[in-house]
Amino acid sequence: MSGTLNRREVLSGSVLGVAAAGLGGAALGAAGPDAVAATPAAAAQGSPARAEIVLRVNGRDRLLAIDPRTTLLDALREHMALTGSKKGCDHGQCGACTVHVDGRRVLSCLTLAVAVQGKAVTTIEGLSAGDRLHPMQQAFIAHDAFQCGYCTPGQIMSAVACVHEGHAGSPAEIREYMSGNLCRCAAYPNIVAAIEDARNQMERS
Amino acid sequence: MRPFTYERADGLAELARRALQTGQGQVDAEVQFLAGGTSLIDLMKLDVLRPRSLVDITPLAAEHGTVELRPDGLRIGALASMASVAVHPGVVEQYPAIAESLRLAASAQLRNMATIGGNLLQRTRCPYFRDPSWTACNKRLPGSGCAALDGINRNHAVLGVDTSCIAQYPGDLGVVLAALDAQVELAGPRGARRVPFSTLHRPPGGQPHVETTLLPGELITEVAVPAGAWTRRSLYLKIRDRASYEFAIASAAVALDLDGETVRSVRLGIGGMAYRPWRAAEAEAALTGKPLTEANAEAAAEIALRDAVTNGHNAYKPELGRRTLVRALLQARAM
Repeated sequence: MSGTLNRREVLSGSVLGVAAAGLGGAALGAAGPDAVAATPAAAAQGSPARAEIVLRVNGRDRLLAIDPRTTLLDALREHMALTGSKKGCDHGQCGACTVHVDGRRVLSCLTLAVAVQGKAVTTIEGLSAGDRLHPMQQAFIAHDAFQCGYCTPGQIMSAVACVHEGHAGSPAEIREYMSGNLCRCAAYPNIVAAIEDARNQMERS
Repeated sequence: MRPFTYERADGLAELARRALQTGQGQVDAEVQFLAGGTSLIDLMKLDVLRPRSLVDITPLAAEHGTVELRPDGLRIGALASMASVAVHPGVVEQYPAIAESLRLAASAQLRNMATIGGNLLQRTRCPYFRDPSWTACNKRLPGSGCAALDGINRNHAVLGVDTSCIAQYPGDLGVVLAALDAQVELAGPRGARRVPFSTLHRPPGGQPHVETTLLPGELITEVAVPAGAWTRRSLYLKIRDRASYEFAIASAAVALDLDGETVRSVRLGIGGMAYRPWRAAEAEAALTGKPLTEANAEAAAEIALRDAVTNGHNAYKPELGRRTLVRALLQARAM
């Protein structure tokens, strides 16, 4: 891929040379004055006073200066360059934005970022241990549990919680407790198979 | 979304100081309480709700978020999540209809976020209410009319409606609470008071933009469900267009106390087709003291739906409501 732009680099702004100034967020203590910079787009809307908040995402504290209207999903994607969580419907109907807050699966599109201060947020980027994939990620690959992949981060975050909740006992139970995650490619049979497989591995370890 | 200020409320006293600007029952209230946000943030994105200020009441969960099983009944803190109440062992065992109505509602993610108080106050899914490009909606714009009367009204209410509004109450838990004679504990600037849940939601009465009887600044702190011989034999039957993650097109809550085959006491709630959480008291009276046969169940269902008013696309609802009620009664008998 060297010499070409991949989609993630374009989305994260890292190839545009504006990473620090344009993203409005950075790891605490690592980025100097740009850490609380406003996004140009939001500033142009004449928005009210910004809230300075600390978000704990994937074990790291991040200082952000954001408009109170910013959802957790937009904070992750637009301010912290964590584009794994996806924006599907933006109205809590599709599940593509599913993340964990204090270990429970929630919809980041209906969660205000200012409301999750002091809580631990885990996104798809925080699921693997370095290069070692989470058993659920591995199972989705092994079972070909996606086609386009857009809903997959939400499916995986939801599936991990589904197993932890003890609601992955049978295919029927998995279907019921995963019903908040829609897949327009209809990879459902393979998703159910992947979750059963990962459940067995998670229970063994 | 329009700009708003965000504040966190750490106690009821602090809430009371800000209280007079709020009005949870009023669609146009300038201050709104934020709990799970699953309804509020959605409607703010749609520009239906336009509060200038949000007061986050989730810090109250420590004090008002627990479930307590007492000899005289069940107490549920208004800030308890739907998910936590749905799996509470005492609720599952002694108030199965409550657990079932929560388990069948929304999705796992939404149940983790949404609170009991917010669930009861969720707003209608009427597409004409949810889309401000429609100019006629008495609930959004008082006096503007009702686009649903002559519109696509397949999932609009047939019970408790008038010509000002036929929006359907979308909740499930509320239907069970109506049947079980629940009360809600309220806190507000003038202190605490307890009211029957059946009086919380107002009939449209030509003013559908005023949805509840909550006074400015008041919020629900607790739901109290009285104990009774009927709560163990209770269920919630939900009929919908897809198998999961969907609102009801018809539903029934049944709580039954049988003496052999004879109905000693029965509580009936109807959902998916009423303007507000609906209790079928006359149908209950018709069944009481009689054997619970299919014929008697059908007669009671006939009474429950006899005042239904349809508006075209929702003409199927009274018959679906009758059949849902009969099936729920017979299932409860078999419990």
